[in-house]
Amino acid sequence: MKRFIVKRLGFAVISLFLLSLTIFVFVRVTGDPAVLLVEPGASAADLEAIRQQFGLDRPLWVQYGSFLAHLARGDLGQSFYYKTDVFELYLSRLPSSLLLAAVAMTFSLVIGIPTGVVAAVRVNGWWDSAGKVFALLGLSLPSFWVGLLMILFFSVYLGWLPSSGSGTVWHVLMPAFALGWYFAAAHMRLTRSSMLEVLGSEYVKLARLKGLPEALVIAKHALKNALIPVLTLAGINLVLMINVAVVVETVFAWPGIGRLLYEGIAFRDFPVVQAIVLLGGAMIVAVNLVVDVLYAVIDPRIRYER
Amino acid sequence: MNGSGPAAGSSRAAALTLAWRFASFRSEGFPVLPVLILGVLVLVAVFANVLAPHDPEVGALGDRFRPPAWQEGGTRDHLLGTDHLGRDVLSRLVFGARVSLVVGFMAVIFAGILGTALGILSGYLGGWVDQVIMRVTDAWLALPALTFAIFLAAIVGPSAMNIVIILAAVYWTRYARVIRGEVLSLKERDFVRLAIVAGCSKRTIMRRHILPNVVNSGIVLATLMLGVVIVTEASLSFLGVGVPPPKPAWGLMLADGKKGLMAGYWWLTVLPGTCIMLLVLSANLLGDWLRVKFDPQLRQL
Repeated sequence: MKRFIVKRLGFAVISLFLLSLTIFVFVRVTGDPAVLLVEPGASAADLEAIRQQFGLDRPLWVQYGSFLAHLARGDLGQSFYYKTDVFELYLSRLPSSLLLAAVAMTFSLVIGIPTGVVAAVRVNGWWDSAGKVFALLGLSLPSFWVGLLMILFFSVYLGWLPSSGSGTVWHVLMPAFALGWYFAAAHMRLTRSSMLEVLGSEYVKLARLKGLPEALVIAKHALKNALIPVLTLAGINLVLMINVAVVVETVFAWPGIGRLLYEGIAFRDFPVVQAIVLLGGAMIVAVNLVVDVLYAVIDPRIRYER
Repeated sequence: MNGSGPAAGSSRAAALTLAWRFASFRSEGFPVLPVLILGVLVLVAVFANVLAPHDPEVGALGDRFRPPAWQEGGTRDHLLGTDHLGRDVLSRLVFGARVSLVVGFMAVIFAGILGTALGILSGYLGGWVDQVIMRVTDAWLALPALTFAIFLAAIVGPSAMNIVIILAAVYWTRYARVIRGEVLSLKERDFVRLAIVAGCSKRTIMRRHILPNVVNSGIVLATLMLGVVIVTEASLSFLGVGVPPPKPAWGLMLADGKKGLMAGYWWLTVLPGTCIMLLVLSANLLGDWLRVKFDPQLRQL
């Protein structure tokens, strides 16, 4: 067990190292990093000063070393626009993103799990077909377009919900639905296939033979076990939601990390953009590590693999 | 399972399944409608200059925010209305098809070539080459695709060609993973062993014996990726780091359309989005069909 964790941890560290190397190399290879590090419209003398200040005249491997050293200390640079530490800026936006992701996740599970269960119980029936259409639409409609359509319908025509901003319960509904929509389809598909597998198992047959009512078999015996992979995916998706909400947050002017990324682009605030992509990658590496280790704790077969 | 007329239920289900198969399209049947939609979009893109009634990038400010022809205030000159600069929406949609398809196809092909090549090298050569390529693939897969694309776009600046390169750089990893897996099983097969015995070089084996056997999977994957790539392109354009204005890209049109959204100018939001949806939906349905038809190994994907 200990060996397994150490090995997985090693992989995660390698991934993080390659992530930072990727970001570093891209910035250096695709042009003059000094241009990205000065505010737009800087003079040639300013550029030269920046090169000196950030040590861009040193050999590449020295630069990479200092880049890593800064990262290790949690120093991701200064925002040009806000004139503050990028990491603090990130942390200040994180609660909004978490709230949005939590509500979106609730939507996606409340929609995805019941429809998935019904599709599996009535496999190849009407509900299953309807579910297929729903999943297809969920995976094909861009979430920001769903958001725009909702604004048009609920804010402009009906006047029920605020079109942008944050602060009240009503503000979070539309962005959360637009964000959760895609994930609802994914959760529905996994619930369906997972339920189908469990419904064909021996212990569900036994429960039926015992004469338990079908509803009880489905709710108590089948669903509980079928939910394990769904909840695992939901855990990973929660982290993903924080990192892919940029378009939805832009549509609804929701003050989360995605909106910060958009501002980073709009104001040419490069340190912000770089920090968000680095932290996003790091978060996903971390959650994958946690999931791997948890699975190994639950299922010994994984531990002894290879 | 339920007592109340299973026969009635199943016949209704059968009718619906039939309807689903016809209108939509999948199962064993050839996906007629999606292919038709894709075909029409390709034709529209090719003949955009002939089909578009106006210049997509020039408008008359006097004609701002005109609704589609059938609404009050609309004119037959602008069938689908005009945007905030008085540009003809229909013309922009028509030329937008060209932008979306060219960017989409090129990105998918570039990513496919890069990913397939690296997947073959990784799977066939094994050893440290495999380790390096797979660790890089893992690291790149950890980056959220859209955020990674935005980051790259922020470095290299917006242009249609840059978007193609960025999308290829972000999405090649999907191909590399799948192709490597296929190569691992292919290289244990007899025809590869015989080629080794016959004295073929590694290069020849990879090119002549392995590559032709993974092309199918590559094409299926490419079709499935087309939808993903087009949504990403639209998102980047929407955020202002994709195809630069005044070019008529659908994502860009949605960003412009937001300016008239609160005033209820629905056509600027509904129409470009519908085009994206039709294209992505068709690509996904065709990809699904191809997957089931040609590549049993990918069915679990």
